[in-house]
Amino acid sequence: MSTVKTRRDVLGTNALRPDGAAKVKGEFSFSSDMWSDGMLWGATLRSPHPYARIVRIDTSPALAIDGVRAVLTAEDVPGVLTYGLIDQDQPVFAVDYVRYMGEPVAAVAADHPETCRRALAAIIVEYEVLTPLTDPELSLDTSTPAIHPNGNVFRHQRIVHGDTSVVGDVVVEGEYEIGMQDQAFLGLEAAMAIPDADGAGIELHIATQWLHEDQKQIAACLGLPIERVRLVLGGVGGAFGAREDISLQVHSCLLALTTKRPIKMQYSREESFFGHVHRHPARVHIRHHAKADGTIVKIEARMLFDGGAYASTSSAVLINGITHIQGPYRCPSAVVDGFAVRTNNPPCGAMRGFGVVQACYAHESQMDRLAEACGLSHVEIRLRNAMRTGDTLITGQPVESVAPVERCIRETDALPLPPPLIDSPDVLELPGGTGLTSRSENIRRGIGWGVSIKNIMYSEGFDDYSTARCTLQDGVVALKFATSEVGQGFVTLAPQIARSVLGVTDVVVEPMDTTIGSAGSTSASRQTWMSGGAVDGACRLVRERLFEHVGLANGIDALRLVIEDDEIVDTMGTLRIKVTDAAPGVRFEETFEHHHRPTEDLDENGQGNCHVAFAFVAHRAVVDVDVELGLVKVVQVATAQDIGRALNPLSVQGQLEGGIAQGLGLAVMEEVIVQDGRVRNPSFTDYLLPTALDAPEVVYSLIEEPDPQAPLGAKGVGEPPCISVTPAIASAIRQATGRDIRRVPVRPQDICL
Amino acid sequence: MTVHSPRTIDQAVTLLEKYPSAMILSGGTDFMVEVNFNHRKPSQVVSTRAIEELRQWNIDHDTNSIFIGAGVTYSTIESSDIAQAAPALAEASRTVGSPQIRAAGTMGGNLGTCSPAGDTLPVFAALDAKILLASNAGRREVSFADFMVGPKKNSLLAGEMVLGVSLPIIEGWQGYAKVGVRNAMVISIASACLVRNASDDSVRVALGSVGPTIIRARAAESWWLDQGAPRSSSEMHTEFGARCAAEASPITDHRSTAEYRRHAIKVLCTRLAARSTSR
Ligand SMILES: Cc1cc2nc3c(=O)[nH]c(=O)nc-3n(C[C@H](O)[C@H](O)[C@H](O)COP(=O)(O)OP(=O)(O)OC[C@H]3O[C@@H](n4cnc5c(N)ncnc54)[C@H](O)[C@@H]3O)c2cc1C
Repeated sequence: MSTVKTRRDVLGTNALRPDGAAKVKGEFSFSSDMWSDGMLWGATLRSPHPYARIVRIDTSPALAIDGVRAVLTAEDVPGVLTYGLIDQDQPVFAVDYVRYMGEPVAAVAADHPETCRRALAAIIVEYEVLTPLTDPELSLDTSTPAIHPNGNVFRHQRIVHGDTSVVGDVVVEGEYEIGMQDQAFLGLEAAMAIPDADGAGIELHIATQWLHEDQKQIAACLGLPIERVRLVLGGVGGAFGAREDISLQVHSCLLALTTKRPIKMQYSREESFFGHVHRHPARVHIRHHAKADGTIVKIEARMLFDGGAYASTSSAVLINGITHIQGPYRCPSAVVDGFAVRTNNPPCGAMRGFGVVQACYAHESQMDRLAEACGLSHVEIRLRNAMRTGDTLITGQPVESVAPVERCIRETDALPLPPPLIDSPDVLELPGGTGLTSRSENIRRGIGWGVSIKNIMYSEGFDDYSTARCTLQDGVVALKFATSEVGQGFVTLAPQIARSVLGVTDVVVEPMDTTIGSAGSTSASRQTWMSGGAVDGACRLVRERLFEHVGLANGIDALRLVIEDDEIVDTMGTLRIKVTDAAPGVRFEETFEHHHRPTEDLDENGQGNCHVAFAFVAHRAVVDVDVELGLVKVVQVATAQDIGRALNPLSVQGQLEGGIAQGLGLAVMEEVIVQDGRVRNPSFTDYLLPTALDAPEVVYSLIEEPDPQAPLGAKGVGEPPCISVTPAIASAIRQATGRDIRRVPVRPQDICL
Repeated sequence: MTVHSPRTIDQAVTLLEKYPSAMILSGGTDFMVEVNFNHRKPSQVVSTRAIEELRQWNIDHDTNSIFIGAGVTYSTIESSDIAQAAPALAEASRTVGSPQIRAAGTMGGNLGTCSPAGDTLPVFAALDAKILLASNAGRREVSFADFMVGPKKNSLLAGEMVLGVSLPIIEGWQGYAKVGVRNAMVISIASACLVRNASDDSVRVALGSVGPTIIRARAAESWWLDQGAPRSSSEMHTEFGARCAAEASPITDHRSTAEYRRHAIKVLCTRLAARSTSR
């Protein structure tokens, strides 16, 4: 709960995060900091094999250990045995088979983490080890035995659009590969499950992206009515998609209900790598047809996403991938085939950019080739094809969103370049950094481009509405919503909205939990639009009530009243009264649901108005490369982003810079390395994230063309920053080295060997 | 788990004798990682933090040598006179981890862990460092080459601890370079230390992360001596780099490939050779 007392912090200002100081000082309570009297610890036993049949499980040696209170397996799941966001195919505990390394097999509750560890070691699981299916191409082969009763293909979707017989004067073709990225949030998975006194219900404190979706899936697995499962948001330390799927939710609740004691569960960094989904690795084959002047006439593409062992959101990621493969460019004709398949690799699902990252790396690499084939610059080719509002996508959907693609490119191009590489710069700023590998004579500099289109909100007919309640009494507003604050800043924005609409200063944000309707997921760049719309709607309803009250009390028509600063003002008279004094003791309370306009499913040719809205961004990367050693330093990233409206410019800047760092990670270092179904680097020692010395200078321009569809005129800004920066960096490396870079992350050996 | 905090070396070695399974704790930057991962479950720990003597270092210009206590941290090396007397060691220290790790991590710990990726170890190998060891039975000195016997294996005997390292001060250029896949706080995938002795124009080169132990490229070193002065041509440096690479025996793992590691050694040694003759 937080109170912000600065009248200034209205929409459009750099209001500060209410939890910012606490986070910086280490005082913020993350979900892993939770504690409860009489609690036990929970822990998970995971499969050491990517694929095996479970011959036998014997939990009795674990139960015999002093201090162990429960050992649970699939047999102990009272409700449905599986969960999932779209298809419920992921077992709470493995049933008969384990299909990926790290799949949960059992869970224990004990009085101490060390007792838990010993209990896990004592559980006997006899496996018949099977040969894992790890090549996604093989999953498509109908002669490959199915590794799951639902089959090896999660989804296949085709897009056929326009005149597919068209052949371009110029044809460029490429095969691209994107590695598996981890969300690598800093706050590890953690939960506190507290059983109700009557044993027939549970309260779960949890770091998640979507309380209500968790609630639904947990209740089904527990076999409890939904109202007996109450969720409260724990302090979340980042999410990036990794908290959309269930991880330890059901396990902790089951252990709590079984032991009748509060259960604390938390993952280590290593377990976290196995406990959540990752970004899909993908292979993209793509062919562009263009006129001699560079105008695109057709694309042909095949996209293959490796979804790993269970469905998670693979089918939706796939649709995002194929429907964005044209990029932010006009394209009259297309033939696209997309597949999301099952393997015995780690399950993959949501991550910032959701399928579009993979598409963007491929289409932007192609734009560079097309530019070269047509003798155009990298900027010219993109300007020539830039999409505009009113254009039709390859799905047949018209782009109704504001689409300032050309402006994104031109404004990025106009941003200043960094100073040239001087003869003796600070060696730490060169590729290789503190390793002192390089001198400026070893360096070549490249400049690369990336531009992207990203859908915001959920697609394909899904009504992902948001709910908010606003209460006003004596000038103090309380806001209630179930919107997960995962670090994106909705706890800053919501009070800004209330202050702007209601002319108040003091806004209390109540705890986020399931005692109010769903807010949808904190994902798909949607909460500013959706929950922002809900808070705005609730505050406007309260304002109407307030005006009615003041109108009645003063004998004037409420329609004449407006809010000016912190006062209610009669536009046709002299009345002026402070909001704080307008209705002493009266409590106004309104709840509002914001729904976006409906969307449609795709038909068998991939045609349909499946997305709600789009946001655009351009990136230009300047990269220094030590060509001989294959080491890189991203010197600067320039970006102009289509944001609709900057409701909090500082927050926007944070998203831009953070997204760029994450996209840089995918470009040059972040990869979950999987060999034969085994994760080889489940630690921050070997899964490398950019450090301060790797992060570039960011220069940016915000393009503010308010979107008429958006409740506050603002588009979501969360995902676009990380999407086209990856191909921009890869492109700069190509420019610097002349190497044909087909894969990200780009490894040193890809550059120099 | 019992943690003993002796104040003197004598007390420490007495404890080590009394508890043969005891483990030595210095800065804890390797030790605690092992404990947290449950790879180690010490019941007796001898912490060296309170032993003032281990944190001492000394530069002796009469004998032209430096002695560095096992408890000396990376940040001390970077910021003290050691940095002038053994610049390669300072460069190696600067590449280690983050400021927090460098403030806690020690020479004794890097030697105790004895990883082929340990950043100070190529410097010790190139300088033919002597490692001073102590046990309740007395003290002895071993060369670095005899100290490191395998990946994460050293020749410490039961009840023995590292007291410190002694290094010669060598007139001439020296430097360290390390390749990792990010620009700071990264485990080396290939590294090299080159020390040039101005008096006879010899070089000594040691390679890290490209073999089970630190490798001295002795054939390349003697090839260098066989070449005539001034030894400053870029062709010679390139040839020297290639010869160093030929002496590496890298492996492929999840961090890199054998091929890239060998290539990186070639480039690093070429560059270090060029740097050594450019001033
Ligand atoms: C985030 C991070 C980054 C790192 N980066 C690097 C890096 O870039 N380069 C690098 O080389 N290392 C790196 N390390 C590893 C570690 O910091 C170094 O090896 C450091 O030198 C260990 O020193 P310590 O004092 O912390 O040793 P401790 O962890 O206390 O001990 C390490 C080992 O040495 C033994 N030991 C300690 N003192 C003695 C002694 N006097 N006699 C005998 N045995 C002894 C201990 O028993 C233990 O086995 C990193 C570690 C972390 C956590």
